[in-house]
Amino acid sequence: MMRGLVRYVAHLPAVTGRRLVIALPLIWLAVFFFLPLVETLQVSFTTPRRGIPPYAPLWGFGDGGFFTNFTTGNYALLLQYWSDYFGPALNSIKLAFFSTLVCLAFAYPMAWWIARSTEKWRTILLVMVMLPFWTSSLLRLYALIGLLNPNGFINAAGLWLGLIDAPMQMMQTDFSIYIGMVLTYLPLMILPLYAVMVRLDADLLAAAADLGASGPEIFRTIILPLTIPGIVAGSLLVFIPAVGEFVIPALLGGPDQLMMGKVLWTEFFRNRDWPVASAIAMLLLVILTVPIIYARYQDGRETVTDRSERPAEAK
Amino acid sequence: MGRMNGLVLSLGALGFGILYLPIIVMIIYSFNAGKLVSVWSGASLKWYASLLENDQLLSAFGTSLLIAIWAATIATVFGICIAIAFVRFGNFRSRLALSAIASAPLVMPEIVTGLSMLLLFISMESLFGWPAGRGVDTIIIAHATFGMCFAAVVVQARLRDFDMAIEEAAADLGATQPFIFLSITLPVIAPAVVAAWLLAFTLSFDDLVIASFVSGPGSSTLPILVFSKVRLGVTPEINALATVMILVVAVAVIGASWVLRRRLAARSPD
Repeated sequence: MMRGLVRYVAHLPAVTGRRLVIALPLIWLAVFFFLPLVETLQVSFTTPRRGIPPYAPLWGFGDGGFFTNFTTGNYALLLQYWSDYFGPALNSIKLAFFSTLVCLAFAYPMAWWIARSTEKWRTILLVMVMLPFWTSSLLRLYALIGLLNPNGFINAAGLWLGLIDAPMQMMQTDFSIYIGMVLTYLPLMILPLYAVMVRLDADLLAAAADLGASGPEIFRTIILPLTIPGIVAGSLLVFIPAVGEFVIPALLGGPDQLMMGKVLWTEFFRNRDWPVASAIAMLLLVILTVPIIYARYQDGRETVTDRSERPAEAK
Repeated sequence: MGRMNGLVLSLGALGFGILYLPIIVMIIYSFNAGKLVSVWSGASLKWYASLLENDQLLSAFGTSLLIAIWAATIATVFGICIAIAFVRFGNFRSRLALSAIASAPLVMPEIVTGLSMLLLFISMESLFGWPAGRGVDTIIIAHATFGMCFAAVVVQARLRDFDMAIEEAAADLGATQPFIFLSITLPVIAPAVVAAWLLAFTLSFDDLVIASFVSGPGSSTLPILVFSKVRLGVTPEINALATVMILVVAVAVIGASWVLRRRLAARSPD
């Protein structure tokens, strides 16, 4: 059976095969990724109504011929209730920005530690970084709640040790959101940093030290400039998903800590206002356009340098 | 650069602490006899026993498993196609389009992907009558869609290192392209294919946001169920469930990296 299949495939004309290899994923992604975004854009310009689905079709052909339900009302609503929608938008950007900084503060020394370890330790530490990445982030956030709750582990331990007199309020604060973000996104920051640090030439550091440079000087003039690509790559990997994050503010944040993901979710599932939810989705995309395009630009530049390095290797 | 800075070590240790302390505490308290998370009232396996009797959790687990296996398989096949197109086909006409559309899902917020897919499924249903309602099949399609982009990245990296001389030799000896792919390329990139499948599987199995949008009645996945339970408060049964899942993954990851290390060591016997 298997051999028959192999023989059949082997005799397909190569050109058809080549076309198929390109067309299959291209068509799938066009239908199930690109079209949905077009549809969301359409829905963001229609009027909501009672019924299933809870929005009027943007255009169509009815008894009276061609009709449209085009409206910019959903976006006007976002503008009208400026503080209800743009507040969360700014809050998302703020929380994502500081989460990125906090991740960087932990990831930089961790990546350095891993990159400067012996090979055996390097493998162990890298597995330790990757292990949480492969386990459910929802379950790990759930575990974090058990740690930060007013009657959770940290407060219980603090009270028992006499370090605190009353339980600290850690849940539903910015603090809990930042810890949740670190828990979820730290590996994404560590890996690109590690990748640049492990390639850093140790002789360079030794030479600088021999010539009398102090630790901070070496860091500022050699380590930092050479690890900038890793910092940029890691920051984008954390910042972009953090802006649209829903689970972390929903589980760890308070009712007043609105982020865009949570507002979209509420509009969609609780208020059933799908056109406004679509408009928020479009707003989120507009906000993320700049970092996403920058990320793609960085990506493209990296592959270009990769290519230019290849002839040098052949020497 | 011999001396490791104290600040570096303590920040690094704190980072590992944030990653691991919640998991460790949760594992310990999954063996707690009492219902309260903060009070230790003796060791017990009762939450594991009640987990086995919780039909709702078990059926959600089964649904998630089914979805993740299908989604990962579709994602891997399409991911291999994307990777081959990028690495092997040079500058084909639709290269720019494919590269844009295959990398956008990597950075798209889940909540936007979920909402937009639901809107598409609804308008497709009203136009063609398919998919009839939402359920396991729509979740599989959604998960396969973003999974294939991640799978493509993994396979692409391996394919770039591939020694083309082997394939050229096979072609010189008269093998056709598809035959070369099945008998030479695929076995060589097999580790990356497995890694891609596992990554797509994990992404699907853990996904809450997209599944929440495109699921229908009766197709609750495990994350959807866990999320609805967690909102109502911490339940020890989920401690037990999470412990089982995390230990399974830990054994798999540590085992895989051990095997990989052994193979690498065997290859360079110095």
